[in-house]
Amino acid sequence: MDVNKKQLRIALRNCGFIDPENIDQYIVRDGYMALANVLMQNNPQAAIEVVKKSGLRGRGGGGFPTGLKWELASKNPSDQKYMICNADEGDPGAFMDRSILEGDPHSVIEAMAIGGFCIGATKGLIYIRAEYPLAIKRLEIAIAQAREYGFLGQKILGSDFDFDLELRYGAGAFVCGEETALIHSMEGMRGEPTFKPPFPAQEGYLKKPSNVNNVETFANIPVIFNKGWEWFSSIGTEKSKGTKVFALAGQINNVGLIEVPMGITLREVIFEIGGGIKGGKQFKAVQTGGPSGGCLTEAFLDTPIDYDNLIAAGSMMGSGGMIVMDETSCMPAVARFYLDFTVEESCGKCTPCRIGNKRLCEILDKIIEGKGTMDDLTILKNLSQVIKDTALCGLGQTSPNPILSTIDHFWDEYVAHVTNKKCPAGQCKSMKQYIIDAEQCIGCTACARACPVGAIKGEKKNPHSINQDLCIKCGACYEKCKFNAISII
Amino acid sequence: MDKIKSLADLQAKKESLLATMAQTNEQDVQIKVAMATCGIAAGAKEVMDTMSDICEAKGVKTNISQTGCMGYCYAEPTVEIKKPGKEPIVFGYVNAAKAKEIVEKYILNDEIIEGVIPQNYQSIDN
Repeated sequence: MDVNKKQLRIALRNCGFIDPENIDQYIVRDGYMALANVLMQNNPQAAIEVVKKSGLRGRGGGGFPTGLKWELASKNPSDQKYMICNADEGDPGAFMDRSILEGDPHSVIEAMAIGGFCIGATKGLIYIRAEYPLAIKRLEIAIAQAREYGFLGQKILGSDFDFDLELRYGAGAFVCGEETALIHSMEGMRGEPTFKPPFPAQEGYLKKPSNVNNVETFANIPVIFNKGWEWFSSIGTEKSKGTKVFALAGQINNVGLIEVPMGITLREVIFEIGGGIKGGKQFKAVQTGGPSGGCLTEAFLDTPIDYDNLIAAGSMMGSGGMIVMDETSCMPAVARFYLDFTVEESCGKCTPCRIGNKRLCEILDKIIEGKGTMDDLTILKNLSQVIKDTALCGLGQTSPNPILSTIDHFWDEYVAHVTNKKCPAGQCKSMKQYIIDAEQCIGCTACARACPVGAIKGEKKNPHSINQDLCIKCGACYEKCKFNAISII
Repeated sequence: MDKIKSLADLQAKKESLLATMAQTNEQDVQIKVAMATCGIAAGAKEVMDTMSDICEAKGVKTNISQTGCMGYCYAEPTVEIKKPGKEPIVFGYVNAAKAKEIVEKYILNDEIIEGVIPQNYQSIDN
C-alpha cells in the first residue's frame, strides 16, 4: 500500500465528494443500488447472511456482530418492528457520526431501509442529538428526496416493502447512547437504562422488537452489498473486519477525520496520518474509547488496532474518538477530566455509578491538589473495580476505565503526586512553584507589574522575589520575564 | 419527478445522470467547498460566496457546490477544484484572499500555488 495512502474510505466514501443535499449525486455513486438489489432478490434471510458473513461489527463501540443482531430481531414475530439509528454521539471530541450525517445522509437512509427489510420493520427512527442542527436539516432534506424518488414510503422500488423514517431528537444526554436508555428517551420517558434481558430485539421501542445500530455501522451496509461480503471481509483483521473512522484530536499536527483499515497500528495513525506530535514534543499517550476507554502508552504503538486488541490493552475501540497527548499532559488530571464528565452524565439510577464515581472524582481532586496519600491510591483502585463489577449499565461499568488504565500505565506519576507532591508533567497548579533566580533578575519590575495578586516584591534594579503564600500560579510573570530569571519547579 | 420503480429504472437514472455530469465536467470548473458544521464555523460560507463572486466577475464557467467534511480539520476551510481534463486538487487554509488567489492563479492561469493538501486515502473505487 502507498505509504501516503494508509487510509481507506468506506463509511466516508461520499463524505466530501458529494453534495449531501442532492440525491442525484448519491445515485451517481451507486446510491440505493444495494437497496434495489436486496428488494429484487426478496430474500431477507439471504441478505442477513451477507451482513453476517461480512464480519461487520457495531461501530458505536460495543462491537456486537451486526448480522447476528439483525437475525435476532428478525426471528421475533410481531405486527410491528422498528429499525433504529443511534445518532446520539456523545463522546467528548468525537464527531464521526455528525460528519457522516452531514456529508452523506443517504447512505444511512438506504442502509436503514435494507435493515428494515431484513428484520421485517416498516418503520425507522433516527435518534439524533438536537445539538446537531445541520445534520438534522440535511437528514430532513435527504428523507424528503428519498420519498420523492420512491426509496422511502410504500411499495419501495416496485416491491411490496413499505418503509418510512422519522427523526427523534435527543436532549444531549450521554447515557442515551446506551440502547435501552435511548429507547426509553424516544418513548418520552426518562433516559435511563434498564436491565437486559429483555433485549431490544425482544422488547424494544413501545415493547416491540427493535434493532439499534450506530450511524457508522449503517454507512458500511450499502458497500457490503455493492462490493460483496468477500471484499469487505478481506479488509481488516481476523475478528475485526473492514475499517474504522476515527476523530483524531489533541496534540497532533494533522487533526482530522480519518478512516483506516482495522489492524493498522497506532504508530501509523499518529505519526504518519496524523503527522506526529505538535511542536516536536514527545508522545505520551493516546486516549481511545472516550469516557469508557483508556489511555495507551508508547508500548502499544505497534499493536494492531482492532476491537479485541484494544480491550486486551486496557482500553476499547469506542465510537472512534482518539485523543493524542504529549509529555505535558498530567495523567491523573486526564483521568479527572473524564470522571468529571461521567459524574455529570450519570443518570443517578444505580448507586455505584451515582455515588461511587463522585467519590472517585473527589479522591482524584485530593491527589491533584497534592493532598493524596498512598491509601488513596489503594481506595481508588478498589472502588474502581467495585463500580466496574456492580454498575447497572455500560456507562457505569466502564466509567472507572480512564482511572484504571492510567494507574496501570502511569503508576509512577500517581506515586509522584502523593509521595513527592510533584507533578512530573508540570501541570498541577498546586504542586508548581514559580521562583526568581536572583542572579538572573535585573530588577526590571516587569513581573511585579504583571502579577495580578501583588505577590512579587522588590526594589527597582534589585532582584525580586515571589511570595509563595500569595502566588496563584497563573504564570503571568513567567511569560513577561525577558531574562529567563523565572523558573517553575 | 416520477418514482423510481425498479432496479432497471435506477440504473437508467444513474446512467443519464452520469452522462449529464460528464458533459458539465468537460466544460465547467468544478468547485467543492467542505461545508460541514466545522467547515462553516471556520469560514467556509464566506469562501464559497467569494469564489462564486470572483468567478462570475471573471467570467469563469464554474459549478460550485457544497460537500460534507473532507476530513482535513487542521486545514479548514478546504476547497476542491477540478478543472476540465485534470485531476482534482484540494486546497487548505482557504480564506477570502486565498480564494481570490486560487481563482486568479490556479483556475485562470494554471499556476501552481501553495496550500495544496496531498490526498492521503484510498477510495473504494480503486
